Amino acid sequence: MREWANLALDTACARGATFADARVMDIRLRDLSTKNGEVGNLAENESLGLGLRVVADGCWGFASTDQLTREGVQSCAAYAVAIARASALAKRHDVVMVPEQAFVDTWQNPFIKDPFEIPLEGQLALLLAADREMRSVQGVTLAETSMQFRRIEQWYASTLGSQIHQVKVESGAGIVAMAFSGDEIQKRSYPSSFGGQHELAGYELVESLDLVGNAPRIAEEAVALHSAAQCPEGQSTIILEGSQLGLQVHESIGHPIELDRVLGMEANFAGLSFLTLEKLGHLRYASDIVNVVADARLEHGPGLGTFGYDDEGVPAQCTNIITAGLFTGYLSSRETAPAIGLTRSGGTMRAESWNRLPMIRMTNVSLLPGTWSYDDLIADTDDAILMETNRSWSIDDHRYHFQFSTEIGWEIKGGKKGRMLKHPSYSGITTEFWNSCDAICSRDHWTLWGTPNCGKGQPMQTMGTGHGAAPARFRNVRVGMAFAKG
Amino acid sequence: MSPTSPSHTSPRNHVKSRRVSAVRTRGTESPAAAESHLPSDAELRRLAERIVRLSDADETEVEIDAGADALTRFANNTIHQNVAERNLTVSVRTVFDGRTARATSNKTDDASLQRVVAASAALARSRPQQPSLLPMLPKQTFPRVERYFPETAAATPQDRARAVTRVVGIAAANDQTAAGIFTTGASVTALANSRGLFVTHRQTRAEFSVTVMEKDSSGWAKANSPDIARIDPDELGGSASRKAAASREPREVETGRWTVILEPAAVLDLVGSLFYDFAATAVQDQRSCFNNRLGKKVMGDNITVRDDVTHPLQSGPPFDGEGLPRRKVLLVDKGVLRNLVYARATAKKMHTKPTGHGLSLPNEYGEAPYNLVFDGGATPAKEMVASTERGILVTRLWYIREVDPYEKVLTGMTRDGTFLVEDGRVVGGVRNFRFNQNILEMLSNVEQLGPAVRAAGEESFEMVVPAMKVRGFHFTEVTKF
Repeated sequence: MREWANLALDTACARGATFADARVMDIRLRDLSTKNGEVGNLAENESLGLGLRVVADGCWGFASTDQLTREGVQSCAAYAVAIARASALAKRHDVVMVPEQAFVDTWQNPFIKDPFEIPLEGQLALLLAADREMRSVQGVTLAETSMQFRRIEQWYASTLGSQIHQVKVESGAGIVAMAFSGDEIQKRSYPSSFGGQHELAGYELVESLDLVGNAPRIAEEAVALHSAAQCPEGQSTIILEGSQLGLQVHESIGHPIELDRVLGMEANFAGLSFLTLEKLGHLRYASDIVNVVADARLEHGPGLGTFGYDDEGVPAQCTNIITAGLFTGYLSSRETAPAIGLTRSGGTMRAESWNRLPMIRMTNVSLLPGTWSYDDLIADTDDAILMETNRSWSIDDHRYHFQFSTEIGWEIKGGKKGRMLKHPSYSGITTEFWNSCDAICSRDHWTLWGTPNCGKGQPMQTMGTGHGAAPARFRNVRVGMAFAKG
Repeated sequence: MSPTSPSHTSPRNHVKSRRVSAVRTRGTESPAAAESHLPSDAELRRLAERIVRLSDADETEVEIDAGADALTRFANNTIHQNVAERNLTVSVRTVFDGRTARATSNKTDDASLQRVVAASAALARSRPQQPSLLPMLPKQTFPRVERYFPETAAATPQDRARAVTRVVGIAAANDQTAAGIFTTGASVTALANSRGLFVTHRQTRAEFSVTVMEKDSSGWAKANSPDIARIDPDELGGSASRKAAASREPREVETGRWTVILEPAAVLDLVGSLFYDFAATAVQDQRSCFNNRLGKKVMGDNITVRDDVTHPLQSGPPFDGEGLPRRKVLLVDKGVLRNLVYARATAKKMHTKPTGHGLSLPNEYGEAPYNLVFDGGATPAKEMVASTERGILVTRLWYIREVDPYEKVLTGMTRDGTFLVEDGRVVGGVRNFRFNQNILEMLSNVEQLGPAVRAAGEESFEMVVPAMKVRGFHFTEVTKF
């Protein structure tokens, strides 16, 4: 495949490109699901193609093709250069990028069990067993389970001289129980929303989740929610469990720090960011116990934002985003780095597939662990609402105002976990919320959650991102507005 | 934005996968003409027959999707992304003794086709039998729709760049900044099976979307059509520019229940969330807001909703994922929920007739209506404003998510052109609101309807909807801009 990438570069240069990089990607997917005891989706998908990014006449062009023949690749390269020249009709300045070294390397994430080598019968049997356990609970009206596996092999080449081969294997699985009664549909998911947990890992992830063992519990909770008390409306202390906090990080930290968004490049669709450039190094983003990094390195964990090199050939890095509460870093690329005085990209450019342009994407944007044990955190809390597992999520197009609801909540009274609450929700302004954080649990309670479905860009690209988080406490938060009658 | 739909196999993603496409190149170096890359019907038939011959399954179904799309993206008054894609995929569903599964590939050499057929067979053989599985369909007769416009397929990067340059010029002349996209493309879908079904649908697509910004305000406009001649970038750019100017120095007004005038894009992104609730499978699974509500009054007398693939403002193929003709279905008649849509297996289970809205098999979602048409009225937007003592005019909504699936409470934000209306006129911009609104309640409180148009938003696929004036819309919080 490497030769196709190099042929694309040679053709683009011969046509007048001053820079080019090419990715050949070979992607294999397997999706399995069950619903109420029957197999639902059962499909495999493979896709192979080449995407070529060029600069010509000082402007960008990108073209992709599935025809990996000499004629097909050369045609694609000619097209990319022609598109770049058309871009020059509306040029204001030439594309400028910070330098990068040339790398010749191979990288593969470690995994124990190749999910595509596990017999399908066994995978379906596991899902059907979890499905059966959920339906054994009276009151459950819908049980759903799913697994997804993906293998991505990629050959990258650039006119800088890089030749990078990467292989990534991702796995994910989860279960959902729903209960309809009266005028309510209640839902519980395990281990998280969005199809469960997803990691850059093999089938060992699925085996570690114990889907069958957790199925009765979440089914019982879905039914019990019907008789639970309504989450109150007002101001409250809240404790967010890890997966919900991971999504909070994603929406109110991960997206605002995307430098392309800050610079207006996403204005028409994803929007802008309140984190304008003068805030770097000055804004008290959060309380001083809050530290957030964007870390794509393997040592951070097997996250969906873990890789060896990004899709413009920059090695994986760790960037300090929030340091003791202070805003200290953006997610950057070779083109956007100069805007904040960087001499090197932060290495965050990724594309969904061979037919999509790389753009700045969250890597693993993680809240670093604190010092609290979970039991001590609960014991230290007089009056609060504990919220678990995302149900709805929404934030404005500058990333200021958000509202989340979770599947389930519990009262915390006098240092003890009390009665169950239904329809928990909270809302706020990003910086006010993060500055109200006064306790974060320790690494013993920290999980690198996978969000497999982050949408961005035009045409829309879906990308997996990682978010490490441990349960944390926030003071004086507005709760209950999602269900306020008004 | 993010995350998107929680499931890769959700009904919403079915529509995306059917419409986002791309196509195989034939070696041309011309940067124009998506049409030159689309296979002919004869080529599609030959490819489908070749795949069917490779299969030893009891039944074999082949779906071929080919397309060429290009998108010119601009921001900060310049083109910053300019992309094109071509792809062709073959998707093979096999059936062995009541077991079915699907494998898909974009590799079409002989060895790869053999492998994708074998992969489908291996998946199918490894699963339990599916008692509800029906035999594949024989040859069908389909309603005729014409959605392929050669001028759209022939659009070049230069054509798009020239339009962008004009729109950027409108913004720059007003000391404003423009961002947006201009995309064009063509696609073809073929569905064939071993029982003799063969049908194709060929379609083009053009879309222009623009956001124009000032220091503390913005305006937005968007249009989408199979026919590029129906897209007027200059008019859209001008509209967005005027809205940005008119919403300068937004004031904060109180939250609560407001009379709102929702432009068609805002209506679309709200009512679009209902589309899967009309699926009989969703009702059977008890996850629809229409559970136990069939035959009941669920909206106001002035709301009538159909699914109609033949409507002149609609798009998409006239057949469903199994190759059944899509029928016109009256879903809501003067506020009463009259019908749902049914895939073949769902219809059999519920002792009724299928409506031609099934998704590609196998799936757990059944069916969905992708061609919703809301009846319009005769009240122009200006009249809605003129008749409003105090209200909010909404251009566009953003990040809409479901808070309560049965009461159909949605949350989201206003965006890019939110105005205060007082004493029958627009008096200025307001800071953007968060809403938490029961959509069935909203559709029971519609006071006036504009003409139905093909609306394009960001949260839903395109539908035919009118502008609406609604009383008692629930804004719960305000953001900082």
